[in-house]
Amino acid sequence: MCDKKYTPADFKSDQEIRWCPGCGDHAIIASVQRAMAEINIPKEDWAVISGIGCSSRFPYYMNTYGFHTIHGRAAAIATGVKCANSKLKVIQISGDGDATAIGGNHFIHALRRNIDLTMLLFNNKIYGLTKGQYSPTSEYGKKTKTSPYGTFEKPFKPLQLALGAQARFIARSIDTSINLTKDIIIEANKHKGTSLVEILQNCVIYNDGAHKYVTDRENARDRQIILKHGKPMLFGKNNDKGLILNSKGKLTVVEIGKHGVKLSDILVHDAHCLDPHIHWLLTNMEAPALPVALGVIRSVEDNAYNEELEKQIVNVKQSSKIKCMNDLLHQGDTWEVK
Amino acid sequence: MSSQKEIIKMDEVVIRFSGDSGDGMQLTGTQFSDTSALFGNEVSTFPDYPAEIRAPQGTVGGVSGFQVHFGRKEILTPGDYCDVLVAMNPAALKANLQWVKPTGTIIVNIDSFDEKNIKKAGYTADPLEDNENWSYKLVKANITNMTKETLKDSGLDQKSIVRSKNMFALGIVYWMFDRPLDHTIEFLDKKFGKIPEIAEANKKVLKAGFDFAHNIQALAYHYEINPAHIEKGTYRNITGNKATAWGLMAAAEKANLPLFCGSYPITPATEILQELALRRDLGVKTMQAEDEIAGICTAIGASYVGNIGVTTTSGPGLALKSEAINLAVITELPLVIVDVQRGGPSTGLPTKTEQSDLNQALFGRNGESPMPIVAASTSGNCFKFAYEATRIALEHMTPVILLTDGYLANGAQPWRIPSMEDLPSITPPIVSSDEKDYLPYKRDAKTLVRKWAVPGTKGLEHRIGGLEKLDGKGSISYIPENHELMCEYRRDKIQLISNNIPEQEIFGDKDGGEILVIGWGGTYGHLSTAVSELREEGKNVSLAQFNYINPLPKNTKDIFSRFKKHIVFELNLGQFVNYLRNEQPEFNYLQYNKVQGLPFTIEEIKNRINDLLKEK
Repeated sequence: MCDKKYTPADFKSDQEIRWCPGCGDHAIIASVQRAMAEINIPKEDWAVISGIGCSSRFPYYMNTYGFHTIHGRAAAIATGVKCANSKLKVIQISGDGDATAIGGNHFIHALRRNIDLTMLLFNNKIYGLTKGQYSPTSEYGKKTKTSPYGTFEKPFKPLQLALGAQARFIARSIDTSINLTKDIIIEANKHKGTSLVEILQNCVIYNDGAHKYVTDRENARDRQIILKHGKPMLFGKNNDKGLILNSKGKLTVVEIGKHGVKLSDILVHDAHCLDPHIHWLLTNMEAPALPVALGVIRSVEDNAYNEELEKQIVNVKQSSKIKCMNDLLHQGDTWEVK
Repeated sequence: MSSQKEIIKMDEVVIRFSGDSGDGMQLTGTQFSDTSALFGNEVSTFPDYPAEIRAPQGTVGGVSGFQVHFGRKEILTPGDYCDVLVAMNPAALKANLQWVKPTGTIIVNIDSFDEKNIKKAGYTADPLEDNENWSYKLVKANITNMTKETLKDSGLDQKSIVRSKNMFALGIVYWMFDRPLDHTIEFLDKKFGKIPEIAEANKKVLKAGFDFAHNIQALAYHYEINPAHIEKGTYRNITGNKATAWGLMAAAEKANLPLFCGSYPITPATEILQELALRRDLGVKTMQAEDEIAGICTAIGASYVGNIGVTTTSGPGLALKSEAINLAVITELPLVIVDVQRGGPSTGLPTKTEQSDLNQALFGRNGESPMPIVAASTSGNCFKFAYEATRIALEHMTPVILLTDGYLANGAQPWRIPSMEDLPSITPPIVSSDEKDYLPYKRDAKTLVRKWAVPGTKGLEHRIGGLEKLDGKGSISYIPENHELMCEYRRDKIQLISNNIPEQEIFGDKDGGEILVIGWGGTYGHLSTAVSELREEGKNVSLAQFNYINPLPKNTKDIFSRFKKHIVFELNLGQFVNYLRNEQPEFNYLQYNKVQGLPFTIEEIKNRINDLLKEK
């Protein structure tokens, strides 16, 4: 925290935003700026690092330190940033192509190492900047310019990929749910380690309505569930639907009051549970059979790589006789020529 | 250690230890070279081992060798041909016989010359039987059996006993060259401190080998190589890779910046990462990345926030890093990329040396992408040029490629330890929050270098990235004239580094003469030895060995113009010579190339120059 009280406007740069009108990115940047204002650390301590893609223009529009890097490598560069200076708060921006295709390797290894980053993954299920080719998250059979007859490859669910990579913090939001995204970013920022936030984002030009079934305001409350740690998994227009684990170990929707179902039968969300089993089931939910899980799905404490690195340096420094280069240069076998 | 035997005084000697890759030849050779260096000789070494960790036992492909060149005069190479060959099995003999001088001594472990091993080595008959034409002195020693005999009461298992036979061979050679045993005894005590019975066994076998050599009549000669006359100072042995790691750390300390190395293991560069990883005590941060790309990208991230970012690799890894190198080129961030060259293309010859990455370093990126390149020329001066690469990167805000090679990286030599106080200062253009009107791409008028505002600095928040920048402000710009201007700035900025590097030196006739031998990087030892021998013979030959490749030193044209003939020697098919034809087109360059994964021999260099001297 700092003396100055920031407002979202403090985080807007003087660059004209060039995303298409109606693009989900406009709402996401508003969420991030609001979250930063609430977190209220000195502005110079933020570093926003992106890869390549529409979403990766993000740093240019932020009045913080920012680095627009190369395709797929944002996670690796953000890793270097955080390890080299852990005082900085690092936000990493990637799209579905950046994070799960060309940069898949860096994505999983940043999560595995648990580098203290907030990773925002804008998932619009399409390549937008190259004008409409399918991505690793596009649905099976998707017709695009590079799959004119439809794809025959199954999509990734990024949060499941993350769980496979030992992710300690995963969350999901929707571009237009500005407050939810803001709240999640605040949580993600508090979390020590890699916090992955998948944001279902609409590409108004090349994949308009990709998430419509879930985001449609009319039916949103029946097709989404906003998870809160310690709270029962309830959803629906009247908040009377809930999730239970059935006898076959699957999540099932029940209605309170029907067939003798009571509130106490409903699963209570435990984001801190070390075992990722239920978290995996939650990430797997798809409408209409099940509501799509939003909010913080998993948040488990663990050591962050960058902290461990610093600890090790402190420990080795304490026990080593080598304090400077001159010590090292003369360590071991040396001899004098007179 | 007096002896009744004949004493032969020599200026220099080359010994090659060779055996199966599991026979401990690298350790044996290292012990001999360390002992000789401590004794006061000049030393140069070169290990030669197969790419496979355990190639089939007893075959020529599985032979591991270690060559030590030492003497009382200046020693700059591990030597072409050896005076003494230690062959632990028939395959070692077969692989190395061609490198033994006609007057040389061959010590064989006769116990391994059975029918099976002779066949495995590819001989049809015992090579030691039918050798009446040999001019070598042959010493047949029952090394395995004598080792077993020495340790029969040790209580050790047979495998451990046989494993210590390399110490027997070392003992023989120590006696031949009148070397003290104490350094190796100390080493064994330290290495096997936790298993004293193994330390004792090795020591016993070492002494047994020494005594054996002393007692037998076969070794009726004994060599004396007096200490060399070398520059005063404190010395240590150092390999090129270790020197590189230390040079990077020294530069970081001098610049008062943290060092971050992101790297992926690759032969023959891995030891640099390993050496840096040891140095948490000096605050060094290393990260073994998930791939070569992540290696450089983490380093760029670290440079972005005010560390000196480093990544280390070899040819194939450099190829993977090219896109990221360009990110550092356009964002004008300091970064050091160490390329320890090996035989290419593709996986090529991972454990062999070559100078064939120069074109890749100069040209292997998209767009107009100028970058400084420096090259080390001895194992020891890998320190100096790692330091220089870092200094240039930091003072000129640019990625720099440091080229070394497998030969320098693995080779070792006694090295005069510099004092940190004597190293040149390094002043990166870091700005603080009181900087007025900071613009990320505003350039220094003389050097064209931009200033470095490190994230965390209050009030200087700005954005950088891989898109073209507007001159000064650094925001995205697609203006055609701006792009051209920025390309020219980036080119000129690198060329202006020539004001901040020393002039090229000539070894030989400073005022010019008949032939100028031109080399670069790791061929220095061989070229300078050849040129120096020719000069002793009265030949009009000089040498210019380049360390600063891009930009070239300012006086390059001037010194070239003082010679009648120019011949470029390099371990590739002509990369530096073509670069010179482009950069300094006024001269008619001849070339001599070799791409066998091996260093030059002094003999072949001299032959070529002698031929050239005969031409009218």
